[in-house]
Amino acid sequence: MPQIVVEDLVKAYRIAERQPGLWGALRGLARRRHRTVRALDGVSFSIEAGELVGYIGPNGAGKSTTVKTLAGIIVPDGGRCEVRGRVPWKQRLAHVAELGVVFGQRTQLWWDLPVIESFELLRDIYRVPEARYAAARDELIEALELGALLDVPVRQLSLGQRMRCDLAAALLHAPPILFLDEPTIGLDAVSKLAVRDFVRRLCRERGVTVLLTTHDMDDIEALCTRVMVIGAGKILSDGPLAELRARVTRERWLTVDLDDGVGWIDEPEAPVIRRDGNRVCLAFDPQRLPPAELIRRVTSRHAIRDLFVENPPIELIIARLYAAQAQRASGTDADTTAGADGGEDAERASGAGSTGEPGAPP
Amino acid sequence: MGPYLAIVSARFRMLLQYRAAALAGLWTQVFFGFVLIMVYEAFYRSTDAAPPLPFPQLASYVWLGQALLATLPWNADPEIRAMVRSGAVAYELCRPIDLYALWYARALAWRTAPTLLRALPMTFFSMLVLPWLGLPEWRLAPPTALAGLGFAVTLAAALALSCAITTLIHITLMWTVSGEGIVMLLTALVSLSSGLLIPLPLFPRAVYELLTWLPLAGVADLPYRVYSGGVPPGEIGLVLARQLGWTLALVALGRWLIGRGIRRLVVQGG
Repeated sequence: MPQIVVEDLVKAYRIAERQPGLWGALRGLARRRHRTVRALDGVSFSIEAGELVGYIGPNGAGKSTTVKTLAGIIVPDGGRCEVRGRVPWKQRLAHVAELGVVFGQRTQLWWDLPVIESFELLRDIYRVPEARYAAARDELIEALELGALLDVPVRQLSLGQRMRCDLAAALLHAPPILFLDEPTIGLDAVSKLAVRDFVRRLCRERGVTVLLTTHDMDDIEALCTRVMVIGAGKILSDGPLAELRARVTRERWLTVDLDDGVGWIDEPEAPVIRRDGNRVCLAFDPQRLPPAELIRRVTSRHAIRDLFVENPPIELIIARLYAAQAQRASGTDADTTAGADGGEDAERASGAGSTGEPGAPP
Repeated sequence: MGPYLAIVSARFRMLLQYRAAALAGLWTQVFFGFVLIMVYEAFYRSTDAAPPLPFPQLASYVWLGQALLATLPWNADPEIRAMVRSGAVAYELCRPIDLYALWYARALAWRTAPTLLRALPMTFFSMLVLPWLGLPEWRLAPPTALAGLGFAVTLAAALALSCAITTLIHITLMWTVSGEGIVMLLTALVSLSSGLLIPLPLFPRAVYELLTWLPLAGVADLPYRVYSGGVPPGEIGLVLARQLGWTLALVALGRWLIGRGIRRLVVQGG
């Protein structure tokens, strides 16, 4: 039975618009103009127990609105949503008792208290029996290496330390469902790896269902077997990462380190997309030109030091997906291009689509 | 320990750390106490009419008001304001506990901890140091046993009422976000209609009658006059009934509002 079911979820915000400048501000006092923005425009998906699902989209696409709806914090305007058989905003208290949340940009720890006191407070808030609390606490302290941090007031922790403590805080009551909202934002490489490793184990060993929203595509590549992409309030793609790649582009990249003095590589079927000193990057379609054939051609004509084949970065895939969506939307219905935070973000998204594609084949 | 008690206790312990703020408050309130008493003494001397509030009672009234300033519902908890502004209020909504009770518990800790830090030294100063300085008529006179007991009970009720009003202020933040306007409005309203600035008995008779029936009299004026004997012991029950009646009504209003607030809440930021 699925843990999370969402069907045709709709949420619109009314945003007060202000004209720029002093005159606009004064006019706004007398008459406010409102604009309706559809943050969620018929979102549907379902998530099985133990899945680790990545949820990505540009700012204002509706990610946070989805997560907040699932957490019971906001009430949608339409559609169905059930988490473990409960409607989050109707049975809020029973629902959140089985839910762990981490909003990466904020902390749920008490700023002025030592970490361990925040943990004890959460134990009381979630009414966790002492024996179960002690077991969960010790396990989390060990897994996240928190031993040295417990007596430190939260305000003195580094961001990476705080995030580890926040993760522990979200799991003290052993929730079967965990929402992670940008858990690696601002973290250094070591902390990121620690957080990812922990989340992966949590999912695999304890069967916790995890919904991960992030802008960090490395998080997605490292953790998620399934990715949902949202843009302008609609799910654009839902499936395994490989499927998403295949859907958007079959392109692969061959990067070649040339010997000194070798000039331009000219392959009609594999255009050069980037050149950096002796390093040249070619884009090709493996179905029309098998990698082995391309490598044979390149090595037979040029002196090379090294070469490797790779997938285009996931960022590029996503950017193309958004660009295609924005194009479709502007072609049919201009009103749906704006996301929850307004047209500015939608512009940024399509902008990322065009500027993020230096390697687009002609 | 229940969750609400745990929150009161944690917040309480945390607020007790703010010694500098307590010291600054102490100094300000001693200053204000002196200014108010001197102004009233000048007024009292300039008239032959019998004042509606005898001077020793007035002095006690002023000192109690200054010592218990932090119990009055005239401002909003900066922590909750920051939480609503930044969107961290989302975490509060992800807890399996009643948001109203949670915020009421927070208000209780926030109204009592700083008071404890200030009220004791203020009492010491106004009750014992002032006579020693040669100003016995300006002091906070010790209450009679019965009035003291009545004061303890009505002060507890005043605190319950004050927290109900404070929680109501916090709930309005769900609509206004910044809360600056509400707080400015409240400061004026509370300092006038609770008796903090002008003891209520000094108002014209009709205004006085009206104000004593409004909720804010219950957080300051009524218990202060129970303390000094201005309210006879026989009427303490009535005072208590008024305080508790308002508390219940305002808690009910707060609960209704918070339900609506949650439904329309747009948590700020991603």
